[in-house]
Amino acid sequence: MESRTVLSSDDISRAITRISHEILEANHGTDNLVILGIPTRGVALAERIAEVIRRNGNAMPADFLGRLDITMYRDDLDRKPTREVTPTDVPAGGLDDKVVVLVDDVLNSGRTVRAALDALREYGRPRAVRLAVLIDRGHRELPIRADFVGKNLPTNRDEKIRVHLSSVDGDDSVRIEK
Amino acid sequence: MSEFVLKAATLPDGSVADVKVSGDRIVEIGQGLSGGEIIDCSGLNLLPGFVDLHTHLREPGFEQSETVLTGSQSAAKGGFTAVHAMANTNPVADNAAVVEQVWSLGQRAGYVDVYPIGAVTVGLAGERLAELGSMNRSIAGVRVFSDDGKCVSDPLVMRRALEYVKAFDGVIAQHAQEPRLTEGAQMNAGAVSAELGLAGWPSVAEESIIARDVLLAQSLDARIHVCHLSTKGSVEIVRWAKAQGIRVTAEVTPHHLLLTDESTRNYDPTYKVNPPLRSAEDVAALREALIDGTIDIIATDHAPHPSESKDCEWNAAAFGMVGLETAASVAQMVLIDSGKSTWMRLAEVLSHAPAAIAGHTEQGNPIAVGSIANLTLIAANVARKISRGTASKGQNNPYADLELPGEIRHTIYRGYFTVRDGRLAEDGRH
Amino acid sequence: MRHLLSTKDLTRDEAIALLDLSDEMAQVNERGLRKLPTLRGKTVVNLFFEDSTRTRVSFEIAAKRLSADLINFSAKGSSVSKGESLKDTAQTLAAGGVDAFVIRHGASGAPQALAERGWTDVPVINAGDGTHEHPTQGLLDAMTMRERLHGFGSTRGKALDGVKVAIVGDIAHSRVARSNLYLLKTLGAEVHLVAPPTLMPRGLGLQHYDLDETLASVKPNVVMMLRIQLERMNSAFFPSANEYSNIWGLTEERFARLSDKTVIMHPGPMNRGLEIASSVADSPQSAIVRQVANGISVRMAVLFNLISQERQIHE
Repeated sequence: MESRTVLSSDDISRAITRISHEILEANHGTDNLVILGIPTRGVALAERIAEVIRRNGNAMPADFLGRLDITMYRDDLDRKPTREVTPTDVPAGGLDDKVVVLVDDVLNSGRTVRAALDALREYGRPRAVRLAVLIDRGHRELPIRADFVGKNLPTNRDEKIRVHLSSVDGDDSVRIEK
Repeated sequence: MSEFVLKAATLPDGSVADVKVSGDRIVEIGQGLSGGEIIDCSGLNLLPGFVDLHTHLREPGFEQSETVLTGSQSAAKGGFTAVHAMANTNPVADNAAVVEQVWSLGQRAGYVDVYPIGAVTVGLAGERLAELGSMNRSIAGVRVFSDDGKCVSDPLVMRRALEYVKAFDGVIAQHAQEPRLTEGAQMNAGAVSAELGLAGWPSVAEESIIARDVLLAQSLDARIHVCHLSTKGSVEIVRWAKAQGIRVTAEVTPHHLLLTDESTRNYDPTYKVNPPLRSAEDVAALREALIDGTIDIIATDHAPHPSESKDCEWNAAAFGMVGLETAASVAQMVLIDSGKSTWMRLAEVLSHAPAAIAGHTEQGNPIAVGSIANLTLIAANVARKISRGTASKGQNNPYADLELPGEIRHTIYRGYFTVRDGRLAEDGRH
Repeated sequence: MRHLLSTKDLTRDEAIALLDLSDEMAQVNERGLRKLPTLRGKTVVNLFFEDSTRTRVSFEIAAKRLSADLINFSAKGSSVSKGESLKDTAQTLAAGGVDAFVIRHGASGAPQALAERGWTDVPVINAGDGTHEHPTQGLLDAMTMRERLHGFGSTRGKALDGVKVAIVGDIAHSRVARSNLYLLKTLGAEVHLVAPPTLMPRGLGLQHYDLDETLASVKPNVVMMLRIQLERMNSAFFPSANEYSNIWGLTEERFARLSDKTVIMHPGPMNRGLEIASSVADSPQSAIVRQVANGISVRMAVLFNLISQERQIHE
């Protein structure tokens, strides 16, 4: 198996910092902002984005960060092994009229995001929903695009993207495996 | 007239000899015999042909399960030269016409002597005595009577039956099962039934009937035969009764000598049988009783069923399992391979004693000059893996895939090879 | 886990994972929309050979909340009453394309026969077989205990170590008792069975005949009362409803002697005033209504788990 590193730990940190600033800029600050990570690594990424936003001295409500489990909303259970269902945790202020930024590690077919949009509907009616991903590898099967992208990484279908994040995997790296 | 010499066979007493058969009789036993075909039997155990006192041949009425022909063939494969056909056919063998029919079907098949057992009560209903005397005087000459499958539970009816058959030295073979204590019962009552949620069949349901019956027999000085003992308590009651001089004989099936209720854990109805498979403690007591003579005979209770009667949920499945072709192997395991008994005893429990209980003169004879040549030759050193299918129509074989010792090489029925080199003869003896 | 036939087959980790998933499903059930697209296009067959409106409806709601198509098959008035076998019935229904069977049957072991004899290759869920088991009832009871004893929202990953449960009533004929016994033991609980000797099966669990003495000495965290069937009197298992109620019923007096933390449960349907006093069933300590709600969540979890894993096996 071939494996090459495409993003180093520094690259990842820079990408997260940039995404964080882009979110603040697009939203004109932190008003009504809610960040929801999609398990597993989307949650880790969302936590780091929130950390960057806090560190930059932005006044944030205590609970603008949450997680959205989408396992039960997937339409591709036939093809993909099921992941364990984990709790969904929506900030106490709810989602109505908020700007929700969904965070995931890799954007591929768009099916995960579609499932997330379905899941989101159960919890409220946001004013807008945005999407932030660390990697966009193309191969879209649905009319979905990301608003904030760490890196565009054109790949072949037979290649696998391996994202490691320190809070989940112990290290930060993005590799392509073939 | 056919003539052959069984060369260098091992007799039940351990001696090695040639046995010469001419026509349907043993004519000479000795060394270096000749005349007719010489059949090498070195290393084979020669035994008197086996006699099964408890066989379900299903005909008439349930020919999809077994016929007298297929059951006879399976018996021959198992080393038997005589079987006793139980009465729970349709119509029930409770009159002379039915027992004569079964008897003549047996003659026509020609693989073993088929002795019909007559029902004790009309329609096995347990209420009125069947025409026991007429069945005895019929061409079938019935001397063993049983409502097997059902218990003669009414004490008055049982008392009358025991007494009545004394007129012609008949014997009642009781299926000991107190009906009220076994309503809806599915398997042995114990820890396994509690876990599986199957209605339990308490040992006392069998033991209480045996206790009652031996006391009835004592009071009448009548004979009583107890079918398929399955519990330790039953053994103890029979042991006590024999010590009192009560004329009781008892049988045990191969499956109750080998299997326990642990086999039922996956709800496979192959293991559903009446009486039910019991505990390991019961199995140990039955083996000991067979060795010490408390139990007189092994009888198969061969009970074939078509696959649809077993390929269903437990409660809906029929009771019973086949056993003719594995009985000798189980006997060998328990008596010989255990080191606890002898080939003489094996010949006793599978041949001499059952024939004596039924009062036959041409079965269960000793291997001696002048005896009818009903003989079985076993290769005792062979271990074989049992296949599900047998010569019987029944597929309900609990021994399937087990490895058992001993293989029937030849079965000789009245001087005729019904099984030769392990293969069934294409035709019966006519 | 390929089928759910007995709670005995569940490992501790599997049981906890199923309960965690059930808790997630409970959150869905408490939201406004109450519907998930998860099993869209999948077909679940409710194969009920025995009447049980409660269990059938619970599975029906569970399947529908997951967007599965549901076929209700009831033996009454069907070809089964004309003698068709379980095997043929199941195979006939499966021919139309089925992703899971939910089976309720009067014969102990019938679900296992369906699952293991090659009659079908889809997951089989035991919804109660004879006097054997009722595993989803065991799971919903364990779920209810976790909620009550650990508190809502703090159940995830937790077992029932050290919890003392008394199950009282007709243990011998109770599939609920068996499924609870095995599952609760797997989860670390201590299970005491209380019954008249005639209704106590041999060899199962810690056994007591005296309810008062057991409640006083064991001090159970949970008391689960089982339904007593009056037909049992005809088979001489006990003399009268009155005597049963006096000796083995959870009367107001007995209830008053329990700690106010003791959780009261009953699988339903209840004989109020017989095995349980009406006021006890309706007291704040009673979790009986919650048990019913949790039944739906547990059955959603089981359906999801088995049907989604089924696909992995086929991959």
